[in-house]
Amino acid sequence: MKIIVLMKQVANKDAVLRIGPDEKWINETDVAQQTNESDGYALEEALRLKEAKGEGEVVVCSLGPQSAKTVIKDALARGADRAIHIVAEESNKLSPFQIAKTIADAIREENADLVFTGLQSDDASYGQTGVILAELLGIPHATIVIEVDRSSLGETLRVKRELESGWYQWFTYKLPTLLTIQSGISQIRYASLKGIMAAKKKEIKDVTPSIDAFAGAQTIQKVYMPLKTKQTQMLGNGDAKAGAVELVEKLKTEVRVI
Amino acid sequence: MILVFIEHKDCVLNKTSLEAITAAQSIGKDLGLKVTAVIPCDKDCDLVQEIAGYGLEKVIVVKNEKLGTYTPDAYADAWEQVIKATNPQYVVMSHTYQVRDFAPKVAARLGREVVGDCIRYKAEGGKLVLTRRIFLGKLDADVTLGGEAPYFVTFQSGAFRGDNAEKGSAAVETMDVSVGDVRMTPEAPFQEAKASVDLTKSEIIVAIGRGIKSQENIAIAEKLAEVLGADVAASRPICDSEWLPIDRQIGSSGQTVAPKLYIALGISGAIQHIVGMKNAGTIVAINKDAEAPIFDIADYGIVGDLFEAVPVLTEEIKKAKG
Repeated sequence: MKIIVLMKQVANKDAVLRIGPDEKWINETDVAQQTNESDGYALEEALRLKEAKGEGEVVVCSLGPQSAKTVIKDALARGADRAIHIVAEESNKLSPFQIAKTIADAIREENADLVFTGLQSDDASYGQTGVILAELLGIPHATIVIEVDRSSLGETLRVKRELESGWYQWFTYKLPTLLTIQSGISQIRYASLKGIMAAKKKEIKDVTPSIDAFAGAQTIQKVYMPLKTKQTQMLGNGDAKAGAVELVEKLKTEVRVI
Repeated sequence: MILVFIEHKDCVLNKTSLEAITAAQSIGKDLGLKVTAVIPCDKDCDLVQEIAGYGLEKVIVVKNEKLGTYTPDAYADAWEQVIKATNPQYVVMSHTYQVRDFAPKVAARLGREVVGDCIRYKAEGGKLVLTRRIFLGKLDADVTLGGEAPYFVTFQSGAFRGDNAEKGSAAVETMDVSVGDVRMTPEAPFQEAKASVDLTKSEIIVAIGRGIKSQENIAIAEKLAEVLGADVAASRPICDSEWLPIDRQIGSSGQTVAPKLYIALGISGAIQHIVGMKNAGTIVAINKDAEAPIFDIADYGIVGDLFEAVPVLTEEIKKAKG
């Protein structure tokens, strides 16, 4: 059994973002990077599924600049068996179809039984790479998967999808299939020292893609700070304790909840 | 022409589809396009008449026995045929979980992609420029469409008001479609054990996010909640880490609340959280990151360490209440 897990490097959640000089993306040079949150869960679920089955291979695949090696090495340290790095320096300029097409070309011949992705990236948040990829690979997909019935794995796999407002639904899929994984599907393991050492010997295949132009590509023309919809009273002027005292006064006199 | 998707479960309308109608009507006016609603259904349902009461040119009921229960394969086949038969300029949908599941597939099959989760649009030179929120709500992006029609656009829940949808009288047509191999077998949808905490009835909510840092620190928030008579809630990462049970989760995958007062502690304000609480009467945000998007929707903000602010807040409220 072979599972390919797509993982993306994105700006750290807590990073202060500065808009780049062309105003079309952030200035990435001074921003700390991390693995996209739901992709980390996708990897974890792939590892657990392999462990439950007792055999198989987990291949991590990332499209992004050389710096994405950090994400790949971390995934290998956590237990992925090998990696494919589709090296694309200006990957933030690619549209979701271009990303999916480039990945499809790189992994098609792997003939994986399962492809896992996070449900969306925390930077561009297109939320459609996995679905387009499944269509291009000619395999079915399920999005926002919150549980995998590992014991059901055979020629089919039973998965639980999250619907809205606390509803869920189980689906059974013929393999091969693609799943986009929701954050929180299971607790993510840490990389052990042994894992980190072992990762050094694992294969990372660099692929230099030829990325096709795509007529239907959406294009970001300008990024900017969101327009404020509310007049916010900032309290304490940087002093958290003073702010708390001022807030109590507001809760008394303006909000009237005390 | 604009196609707008009407989502339903067993012929019960998903209310966000009315928001999609409002969006489509508004775009239609700006671009001089008529709007047609599309309802995939295998039955003769009452919903069709309800939708026909809106200001639409037509309602197309798309029929096939495999459209009774949602599957992405059946919906993709149906939509492909509807689009090829009607040649729309735009396909407008609400950015629901179901739409996220099938719309990119339909678009990809037609050599297109979706401009998804938009919060507003403007019409420029006869074409739309869409605004999407990126980087977990920290930035907005103005996005232009590429290539030829049809263009697929989905709008975030709340971007338009469903009760602003114009009424009218639309002709109803049916369109039989063929559906090929459906490669997934759905079971019946279900709700997890009923949420033991109904936060939708809370008057005051103290909500915590990743800024709380550890499970032990939740006690600080609980003390504040206690003096305020509030319920404790959380953003998704807290429940994912199992620091609080999932029935305390606010946001698109949790509960949607509108208390009188919402105090957000260490919550940055990702879209997925904000859609669940933005209608609160008064929003207070305490966060060390001055650029956190939560401050964009807050009435009162404190930039600083919540571990300094919250104990003082708790003490002062205690004093004020006597």
